Amino acid sequence: METSFTGRIWVLGDDIDTDIIIPTEYLALKTIDDMKQYGFSPLRPELAGEIRKGDIIVAGKNFGCGSSREQAPEIIKALGIQCVIAKSFARIFFRNSINNGLLLIEQPELHDHVKEGDEVTVVMNQHVDHNGKQYPIASLPENLMDILRAGGLVKAMRKLNGLD
Amino acid sequence: MGETVIEKIIHHNTGKQVKPGDIATVSVDRVMIHDIFIPFVAEKFEEMGFQKLWDPDKAVLIYDHLVPASQLDDTRHFHTGDAFAEKYGMTHVHRSDGICHQLMTEAGYVKPGDVVFGTDSHTTTYGCVGAFSSGIGYTEMASILGTGSMWIRVPETIKVVINGKLPENVMSKDVILRLLGDLGADGATYRALEFTGSTVEEMSVSSRMTMANMAVEAGAKCALFTPDEKTAEYCNVTLNDYQKSLVGDEDASYCKTVVYQAEDFVPVMACPSQVDKIRNVSELSGIPIDQVFIGSCTNGRLEDLQAAAEVLKGRKVADYVKLIVTPASRKIYRQAIELGIMDVLAEAGAIITHPGCGLCCGRTGGILTDGERVVATNNRNFLGRMGTSKVEIYLASPKTAAACAVAGKIV
Amino acid sequence: MGMTIAEKIIAAAAGVDSVKPGDIHTVELDRLMSNDGTTHLTVDMYRNKLKHPHIKDTKKLVFIVDHNVPSDNPKTAASQKKMRDFAKENQIDFWEGKGVCHQVMMENYVRPGELIFGADSHTCSYGALGAFGTGVGCTDFLYGMVTGTSWVLVPETVKFNLIGRLPEGVYARDLILTIIGEIGANGCNYQVMEFTGEGAKTLSISDRMVLCNMAVEAGAKTGIFEADEKALEYLKEHGREPKAVYKSDPDAVYAREYTFDLSKVRPVAAKPDFVDNVVPVEEVAGLPIDEAFLGSCNNGRIEDLRVGAELIKGRKVADKVRFLVVPASLTVYRQALKEGLIDIFMEAGAIVMNPNCSVCWGSCQGVIGENEVLISTGTRNFKGRAGHPSSKVYLGSAATVTASAIAGKIALAGEIR
Repeated sequence: METSFTGRIWVLGDDIDTDIIIPTEYLALKTIDDMKQYGFSPLRPELAGEIRKGDIIVAGKNFGCGSSREQAPEIIKALGIQCVIAKSFARIFFRNSINNGLLLIEQPELHDHVKEGDEVTVVMNQHVDHNGKQYPIASLPENLMDILRAGGLVKAMRKLNGLD
Repeated sequence: MGETVIEKIIHHNTGKQVKPGDIATVSVDRVMIHDIFIPFVAEKFEEMGFQKLWDPDKAVLIYDHLVPASQLDDTRHFHTGDAFAEKYGMTHVHRSDGICHQLMTEAGYVKPGDVVFGTDSHTTTYGCVGAFSSGIGYTEMASILGTGSMWIRVPETIKVVINGKLPENVMSKDVILRLLGDLGADGATYRALEFTGSTVEEMSVSSRMTMANMAVEAGAKCALFTPDEKTAEYCNVTLNDYQKSLVGDEDASYCKTVVYQAEDFVPVMACPSQVDKIRNVSELSGIPIDQVFIGSCTNGRLEDLQAAAEVLKGRKVADYVKLIVTPASRKIYRQAIELGIMDVLAEAGAIITHPGCGLCCGRTGGILTDGERVVATNNRNFLGRMGTSKVEIYLASPKTAAACAVAGKIV
Repeated sequence: MGMTIAEKIIAAAAGVDSVKPGDIHTVELDRLMSNDGTTHLTVDMYRNKLKHPHIKDTKKLVFIVDHNVPSDNPKTAASQKKMRDFAKENQIDFWEGKGVCHQVMMENYVRPGELIFGADSHTCSYGALGAFGTGVGCTDFLYGMVTGTSWVLVPETVKFNLIGRLPEGVYARDLILTIIGEIGANGCNYQVMEFTGEGAKTLSISDRMVLCNMAVEAGAKTGIFEADEKALEYLKEHGREPKAVYKSDPDAVYAREYTFDLSKVRPVAAKPDFVDNVVPVEEVAGLPIDEAFLGSCNNGRIEDLRVGAELIKGRKVADKVRFLVVPASLTVYRQALKEGLIDIFMEAGAIVMNPNCSVCWGSCQGVIGENEVLISTGTRNFKGRAGHPSSKVYLGSAATVTASAIAGKIALAGEIR
């Protein structure tokens, strides 16, 4: 995992729920690649097509609230987003993201100071930089870092089962 | 130092006293997987390299979101599920018996004090019988199926005290909606809710289920009710000492306590498109509607259908308005036949569907289009949940919903 | 020269003394029915293509939402909304969720002697009450809506002389499949199938609907019975009077005549992908199924539910089989509730759905997936009709379908009993 990285940002509001991230209608499509084009479609139908690899989402509070659908973080990852920075995250979404190796960062103020298209730089476990200002971020608990370092829960389990 | 209910459950499960913020590894008593996610669980399980389930008897597979199938690929999920169950010796498979959360409690898979995880956010429901239950994703489910354990962060607890007698037109749905409005959609994130007080004690297990079900809409990890005689009867068990002990200690530490007087509650609705945008029904009165939905794991139980039938008896659904009723389980459907409820609903003009998730999960069962407005008894009114993003969803109790169906507008 | 029932109805509708096959007449329509399959298209044409849009007589119109109930996606919801709004605006009789259109029409509107157009091919069902019902497209429907009239080419009539009585365990469904199997899927193109004889009299109104409903599967314009005492009794029970009761004249001219001995009919099934691909059930017995469907305008009436319930009472639906039971109307559903049939199906593990077209037209409720096999009491077994293009549909009677649901494979009711 990189210790610091920079990306262009997309700005979303509060309470971005899992039905917005991926509506139920598309949940039975066969693969994440089939589904990802519908990401965020109820709110911003154009967004999935415009996100580029390495982009970052900056959102308000309670990002990922709603259902347990793990397709939500998988789609965000598949679209190329390298991390989501929000004021706060809903808990199932939080677990699902870590388990899929999607980095989430809690930062209570950044959202109020950015606009879409800006660039931010993340220095892992330390701060996010925007427009010359540093916003502090907490480090993740060790057990979560273990999963992230392994590349997600599947890989961690494969290791446990002596496969990798 | 005293313990909250969730702390007692984790303590009992792990053999260690815990405090909020601790990371604990719990042994899982039961898991639930539903039809939408079974193909993903099966794939991840095999990818992880497991050869067998840690305990096939503890896993329950339920088809409910896709019953009856509405898209060409839906039945693939049934075949994948059947094959997985067969390969790994799972015998608890329900193919058309109702909504997962209803079946988990109704069919006796969950007992007071158990630790249960499910691949659905509304798994919090089982707190109605004093179980610690929570929703997880399919990767995590696959890992539990292999190991029988899961790590959790011990949550802080918010205590909710409600005393007194609820007014006649108020149901437990109104209570939980009001609480959501007060806490906010992220007001209990990562936390446990613990319900107590004379109002809660008076409530049926079904009414408690409605509240535990919606706790996740405030972000809660779980919601707990102390098991009592009603719980014992519902679960068909005699409570043991551990189960009886599941009450928050006097000196337990709560991050917050909120207190309500039951008599102060009024019928409310969650307005589009946030579950915590709560208004009194009286303030919304007169807004025309196109459809009413009574059902879901939140409010599709016998007492909900009964409440609706009492309103609808001898009346008709308003012209050009649809009333869709989706009972939560096969058992409830049959009980409702027995009590004459189904005939009352049918005579009033209701569209009664087979038990399942129906409209609540937005795949079929009464999808709407631009400019339409629905009053629904389920748990979410998110943008686009029941059709296009220009559909307005109001969440309400079954009593309120039935009254709206007759009036053709919010009343 | 004598006339058949169909010719007499057309003559009356055209205001002439007599008609003969091949004549073209302008006729006054008694009723026009349209459902959510196509009404939105008609409404679009009405709004966008007409210079002076108006409706001749709104009382003659009936709109019924039955194909996607409850709706399964925003597109169907939008079509239905268009239909609902138009009905409201123009004070058109509007039914939603009350049953399959043809069953709703039979219970509430159809009268002997009427000429009825429906924007649905199975409108031919109404011959069960001695009415001339036929399916038309949106354009014909729109013309009828605006003018109250239409033109018809007087069809030839083919006489089906029915003798004897159906044996125990054999149903009208087996009879019509046998007839279509014999004459072929285009055996009566543009013609009228008139069912007559002593055998016809033994059939209930529900049985007659089964026969007339599937006339279109032999290519016929309609199927028809003489309105006898049974028909008049049915009307009386439903609070209606006949418009006119016609009998075919002894010297009426028929294009062909067939005789079928009902006592010789056996349980049959139509194999994929054609309705006339008919074989004895024995020939396909043992084939594993994924889904069984008891319902539709062909076989979802109380008589059919009774047959199914009697067979499944005390038994269970096979483990992995989905057994869909879909009453043809709300009236049928309530009657079935009253008789305890719904509870029998629910106890056995069936999926009991709200009255609607369901998997018979392969949309919305209970669609079948890749390579799946369905045995159905629906009207058609065309390729992909019930879902995925690779799936297969077999047609059989309520008894055969229920027996198959119990066995998990195509089976004869006799084997289950």
